[in-house]
Amino acid sequence: MIEPLLIEKSVKGRLAYRLPPLDLPETFVRELEPLPAHLRREGSARLPEVSELDVVRHFTRLSKMVHGVDDGMYPLGSCTMKYNPKLGEEVARMAQFTRIHPLQDVSTVQGCLSVIHSLLEDLSAITGMSWGSLQPCAGSHGEYTGLKMIRAYFLKQGDRRRTKVLIPVSAHGTNPASAAVNGFDVVEVASNRKGLVDLADLKSKLSDEVAALMLTNPNTLGLFEEDILEISEAVHEAGALLYYDGANLNAIMGKARPGDMGFDVLHLNLHKTFSTPHGGGGPGSGPVMVNDLLRPFLPKPDIIPQEEGYAFDWDRPDSIGKVSMFWGNFLVYLRAYVYILRMGGEGLRAAAGHAVLNANYLAKKLAPYYEIPYTSGIMHEFVISVKNYKERYGVTAEDFAKALIDEGYHPPTVYFPLIVDEALMIEPTESESPESLDAFIEAMIRIAEKAKRDPASLKKAPVSTPVGRLDQVKAVKDAKVRY
Amino acid sequence: MSRILDTLRYSKDHEWVRIEGEKAYVGITDHAQDELGEIVFVELPPIGERYRKDEEISSIESVKAASPIINPIEGVVLEANEDLDGSPELINEDCYANHIYVLGSFSREEYDSLMDGTEYATYLASL
Amino acid sequence: MIHPYIPHTDEDRARMLEALGLSSIDRLFEVVGEELLLEDPVPIAHGRTEEEVRRMIDSIARRNIRGIPFLGGGSYDRIIPSTVQALSSLPSFVTAYTPYQAEMSQGLLQAIFEFQSMVCEITSMDIANASLYDGSHAIVEAALLMVNAKRGAKRVLVSATIHPFALEALQTWVLGAGYELEMIPEKDGVADLAGLDIADDVGGLIVQSPNRYGFIEDYDGIAELLHEHKALLAISADPLSLAIQRTPGQWGADIAVGDTQSLGLGLAFGGPACGYMAVKRPLLRRIPGRLVGMTTDGEGRRGFTLTLQAREQHIKRERATSNICSNQALAALMTTIHLSSLGWSGMVEAAGQSYAKAHYLAHHLGRIPGLEVPDAHPFWCEFPLVFQDANHLETFLRELRNEGIFAGVRLSTLTRKDTDESVLLVAVTEKRSREELDLYIRTARRVMG
Repeated sequence: MIEPLLIEKSVKGRLAYRLPPLDLPETFVRELEPLPAHLRREGSARLPEVSELDVVRHFTRLSKMVHGVDDGMYPLGSCTMKYNPKLGEEVARMAQFTRIHPLQDVSTVQGCLSVIHSLLEDLSAITGMSWGSLQPCAGSHGEYTGLKMIRAYFLKQGDRRRTKVLIPVSAHGTNPASAAVNGFDVVEVASNRKGLVDLADLKSKLSDEVAALMLTNPNTLGLFEEDILEISEAVHEAGALLYYDGANLNAIMGKARPGDMGFDVLHLNLHKTFSTPHGGGGPGSGPVMVNDLLRPFLPKPDIIPQEEGYAFDWDRPDSIGKVSMFWGNFLVYLRAYVYILRMGGEGLRAAAGHAVLNANYLAKKLAPYYEIPYTSGIMHEFVISVKNYKERYGVTAEDFAKALIDEGYHPPTVYFPLIVDEALMIEPTESESPESLDAFIEAMIRIAEKAKRDPASLKKAPVSTPVGRLDQVKAVKDAKVRY
Repeated sequence: MSRILDTLRYSKDHEWVRIEGEKAYVGITDHAQDELGEIVFVELPPIGERYRKDEEISSIESVKAASPIINPIEGVVLEANEDLDGSPELINEDCYANHIYVLGSFSREEYDSLMDGTEYATYLASL
Repeated sequence: MIHPYIPHTDEDRARMLEALGLSSIDRLFEVVGEELLLEDPVPIAHGRTEEEVRRMIDSIARRNIRGIPFLGGGSYDRIIPSTVQALSSLPSFVTAYTPYQAEMSQGLLQAIFEFQSMVCEITSMDIANASLYDGSHAIVEAALLMVNAKRGAKRVLVSATIHPFALEALQTWVLGAGYELEMIPEKDGVADLAGLDIADDVGGLIVQSPNRYGFIEDYDGIAELLHEHKALLAISADPLSLAIQRTPGQWGADIAVGDTQSLGLGLAFGGPACGYMAVKRPLLRRIPGRLVGMTTDGEGRRGFTLTLQAREQHIKRERATSNICSNQALAALMTTIHLSSLGWSGMVEAAGQSYAKAHYLAHHLGRIPGLEVPDAHPFWCEFPLVFQDANHLETFLRELRNEGIFAGVRLSTLTRKDTDESVLLVAVTEKRSREELDLYIRTARRVMG
């Protein structure tokens, strides 16, 4: 069933909402001069004219054509689609938070400031860093902020030669893009046979022109960079800094800390690791955390405790400045704070342990049916390659993904990382019970058998959805992006 | 095997150049179009601008990839192939019959230093 | 059971470890190395039950104090229909991620398509993206677009009247990035665009209306002038104001940016807000962020999908001109539901009432000795209230606060300039009642008298 656009249901004169009538004195309203004509809008905007029930049904129907974590397993690798506790939603709806203006007098926002300060304290303890900022609104925004601090750090030292950022080939696309947006040149670092950073290649590329190495650990293959201490030493010896992409922190949270590994700056994805909902693609929250070296460069203002309560501290001469309009996505990181309060130190540790247990269990059970090119030291996620299915039966990673949709699962991340052909990247998270993992395994086995027996049927998948596979070429060529 | 014409010159970035009198026609090679897959958009460079060799002049796009067009020899853009605006798939159909732009006042020296068909074939085999 | 968010029982763990041939979960972490593995949990508080956390948060929330907000400066307390909260809380919307798998995400994709369409309609532009972080981020992305769209562009002209925090975000971006900002000075509270000089290396001009003081600016002839130099015009605007003021598209702008906070998002201590960007058709391939397009499936059924992805970071990597990945999808959904409920007539009414009520308050305050409302330029729903000095302003704020009124935002809070310490920005939305306005006026008279 296709749901029409709401504008297609529009009937002139129909009303879904009425504002209270204007209650100013009539004479004032009559004599009030409108905006001068040359500054006034010409014509109207085409918005739906519908009843309130039309609005309710429209969006309720649309929500039924979306698969969220609440609907079923969502093993989207690198995105950590864990359960989003309902308490977080309840708290984020409290009027004492939602109706607080960002520019109220500080004496009236002590609750919000205490959330920010306490959360930064907890995140510092969890990551082993000295302090941070909650202003960045998403992971890539955190990368941008972290790299900007690195830039500011070297500029402060008068070092303008360091224009390169090293990034492993397996990295998320945001890493090189964030570096480029900050005016850095990107140099790729090769992976070795185990799927880890190739130390020799790294060392050969380190020089006094390198500002930083960006690293995800565990990396996008789900593998822990076991040479991290040696990497850290080499990077620092070359005078460069080490950046931690926290996308995969869920694997080691509470078990090991990036700060202890020698990272100078990192960003977290609170919408992954700390269970704030993904919202269909945001809002997220991407705090940056730093060690003492980079602390002066954090975005401003900082939040500082005073004799009575907290205050904003704008007096930070080396700060890179503001990176968002106000204080970041408050209602998002508020949920992360609630999650940390619920979990505590032991709970976070247990979450990481069970995320890793789940991934290893899945990998073990799927190994007889699927090739897993990199297996040594799998942490919270792993990557399978259906290259052999493609060669023998013509079935691609995309076909496997679409077939999983018909089994009721959101597919894993496909065609990433780029160093694995026909990749499917699977991350179960700690939220899934062994029963749900077993059901997923059975579905994957059924699809593998189908791929051999009846590959043509996979090409037709999905068939259970409101639409089948969409014409991407037409979408780009027509570029119809509005009504 | 990708198609290579002996009558053209080639760059390492998989652009081809054909000279007709005072004009140099530039397009992408069969290897490049094959790598890209179904082409959905070709950005045409602005007329009248001078571009250096190895400068990014425009881009070409398939559904899942976007690739820069690296100007193979210095020159001034005289014309762009407007046919590609509505029908970018022409490049998939015949990449050598459908150039992307035409340069004038171009560098002959740089043209001479490009690979010929045999050299380009060797280069492709080495990738 | 260890925790309600982790379903594994002791038996589950034993069975799974047996399948893996391991004695404990710790074995899976050996690869991390003894040197790095923590022996104890990280030093944060112990886990709490749901009820304990609820109680704790309640007591934290009580330390926030609410008043009748006449506060603006980029965030406005407006009327929001009940449909917005109810429908944007539907769990499938809340707990989904970016709609990479189109067939399984049609509802979300269609909602974003409707959002894009509405933003285009409101701004009179051709193409809008699926959202950016906030208004300041949208301005930074506009600057990035400008320097990337024009060959050899190194500089961006910026009006000194854009929001002070957005200007700071721009200054952050430019730090070490290889570009320069050139400030266009203000004159009597609006951008001084007479004698605009556009050098070859200028990518474009960024202006804002209503501007940082609330004034509506006049951009007659500016787009044409910029286009003669192949430079672009970006106008930042509160989208609700576009129900009555001339739109970016109507001024001939190439880029419209801003924040949809005033369309269905609460105050929320400043976030989530929701940046928007809309452009003219020729910039289709330059707009940053996600775009949803309409297409068909194999049977000719209409469907929606993320499209023109070749622009984005996951494909272009270091050649991408923006690094945005996650956006503010759920906030954009709230705006879509808000606009679906309000319709055009509701938008015009909300914008019009804001105008009327703001002018009502300004009219009465302007007649109180010791208060001045500058009238050199028209304003919409926010205006500067000028005091003799900072002390008078502080007394005023305190006294109104005693009546439960948050009287305005100190301009110096935004600019941190001593010279702005005697200026208060007062915002009035459609939500403020006559009683609240009259209470403000009465108290102001008493304090100043």
